[in-house]
Amino acid sequence: MRASADFSTEQSAEGATTLVFSGPMIVSALGAVDPRLRALEGPIAAIDLSHATRIDTVGAWTAWSLSQRLGAPIIGASPEAERLIAAISAVDDNRASVEAHRLPILLRVPNHVGEVVSGLGHGMLLVLGFLGQIVLASGVLLRHPSRFRLRALVHQMELMGVNALAIIGLMSFLVGIVIAQQGAVQLRQFGAEIYTVNLVGRLSLRELGILMTAIMVAGRSGSAFAAQLGTMKLTEEIDAMRTIGVSPIEALVIPRLLATMLMMPLLGTYSAAIGIIGGAALSALTLGIPFFTFLARIQEVVPVHDVWVGLIKGPVFGLIVATSGCFQGLQVKSDAEEVGTRTTAAVVMAIFMVIVLDAFFAVFFSEVGWG
Amino acid sequence: MSDEGGLLTACAVPPPPGSEADLFPIRVRGLRNAFGEHVIHENLDLDVRRGEILGVVGGSGTGKSVLMRSIIGLQIPEEGTIEVLGSPITDARDDDDIDIRCRWGILFQGGALFSTLTVAENVEVPLREFYPEISDELRHEIARYKVLLSGLPAEATSKYPSELSGGMKKRAGLARALALDPELLFLDEPTAGLDPIGAAGFDQLIRSLQQTLGLTVFLITHDLDTLYEICDRVAVIADKRVIAVGTIPELIATDHPWIKSYFNGPRGRAAMAANERNEHAGALGTAGDQA
Repeated sequence: MRASADFSTEQSAEGATTLVFSGPMIVSALGAVDPRLRALEGPIAAIDLSHATRIDTVGAWTAWSLSQRLGAPIIGASPEAERLIAAISAVDDNRASVEAHRLPILLRVPNHVGEVVSGLGHGMLLVLGFLGQIVLASGVLLRHPSRFRLRALVHQMELMGVNALAIIGLMSFLVGIVIAQQGAVQLRQFGAEIYTVNLVGRLSLRELGILMTAIMVAGRSGSAFAAQLGTMKLTEEIDAMRTIGVSPIEALVIPRLLATMLMMPLLGTYSAAIGIIGGAALSALTLGIPFFTFLARIQEVVPVHDVWVGLIKGPVFGLIVATSGCFQGLQVKSDAEEVGTRTTAAVVMAIFMVIVLDAFFAVFFSEVGWG
Repeated sequence: MSDEGGLLTACAVPPPPGSEADLFPIRVRGLRNAFGEHVIHENLDLDVRRGEILGVVGGSGTGKSVLMRSIIGLQIPEEGTIEVLGSPITDARDDDDIDIRCRWGILFQGGALFSTLTVAENVEVPLREFYPEISDELRHEIARYKVLLSGLPAEATSKYPSELSGGMKKRAGLARALALDPELLFLDEPTAGLDPIGAAGFDQLIRSLQQTLGLTVFLITHDLDTLYEICDRVAVIADKRVIAVGTIPELIATDHPWIKSYFNGPRGRAAMAANERNEHAGALGTAGDQA
């Protein structure tokens, strides 16, 4: 519990009004009094601080700003109060606080839209520039293979590939079960339950294996790339690299890019295989198709080009995920919040681009007769 | 407890004048800190007197920052008791138990400003947290004059930390540390990374604020000029404890090898000479004024 500051006005015999403060004039006690003080109108002849028990800079500020506003001198100040008021008045420049400039809402909306549009255009140019840097760095590495960072590549392959096996395996197994179960329910209506094998096999190898893997890698590794590079940018590690003569693209981006492109087809195939095993397990339990019969059927009903479709999409999706992660990470400039927004942007951009490209691939492969 | 105003906050009542807690705002007894097998502090005692600037020195890795973190409750010591402003920090079970937060201010090494807030908003954070009844208008004004008191230009109030130089960040951090008019101020290497002119200016700022606001200052530093210029007493940490506390002449009089090499090294002697020159010039100046 604490005391509150208060004030009262006293009329002298000559009709002059004196404002008398009482109680502690400290930050914890002035909040309640302040609105009443602001509403106070003059004329006030003097501000009396002699009844104030304690004072801090907030009290000094309150008394000083009031005396400035009402043109009343401060009287009865203790030496401590005088010292504080002197310190406050020395720095007070009598200007209203600097408020952030805000446009009216009618202007703000088009303004924001304009910023977004020009930002998009600028962003496209930046992405192009980034891709150009990667191509240049790749060219340099091709001419000087000794500069290639094999150790970093292997490390990244472990981080984004090997360490993801468990989660991707579990996810694919469950998705395989769901497809087999849902497919069987629909196909049973035609008495064509045996086609569950075709459904699970083709869908896993062509589409779902690689697509789910790409989404998982975007969430797991694309975000990590953005956050790592963004933080390195903030701590000036990337600038330090440049000054030493190490190209950040060569040292940081190329190993991540290559690791993702190499691991994606492997992870995608692995995911498809586990998905098929999941489907086979469910079929064995509920449809009465023996496990190994299911696997043998897969060989008969899935054309080899379905495997190729998955394998071709792998590196492309990997390139997209790693590029957007590294690109967004390197765009970080100011603060910790930007690392967060850039990481989110990296994942959203990667997943969006992967799905758009997957649609293109679907049309393309059916046009070339791999339907 | 007296109930005069009836406002309820999580802010402790000051200790009665003249009591132990009033004379010694910080009391550390038998402190032991260890990270695994690595013992940082062993049986460390320290008293900080009200109204003094206590400089804390020690070699790198002797645990100056760990000591400060223990005192402000960020590091839980293995053994020992710490009392700050009469309130036992070491008995606090969780963060909410430390009810003297509104009576200390802390300047971290890099300023530790909240990067998504402007300088003025940074200063307003503690005010908002502890005194929500303060109107927006008054809070803006308080933030503004605190920033000005810390020696920053008025334009800096609306800037973000990323737009400030290192020295300006420290001043902004100081403004935030002073937001609640604390009695105790903790400074972790306030002049590290500043140019000599900026560092001297910061020293003077701390000195004048300490005198104006009646602060007790706990100051970790490597800067010998800071020690000579503004510290009333200096505590030396070595051998896992505070081996000596006193004014610089008192410390030089001891014959601990580390203290000797610290103050009698080339930098120590240069700082001492500079300080003597300054005091001489100061004495001449006042003599001239009187004449």
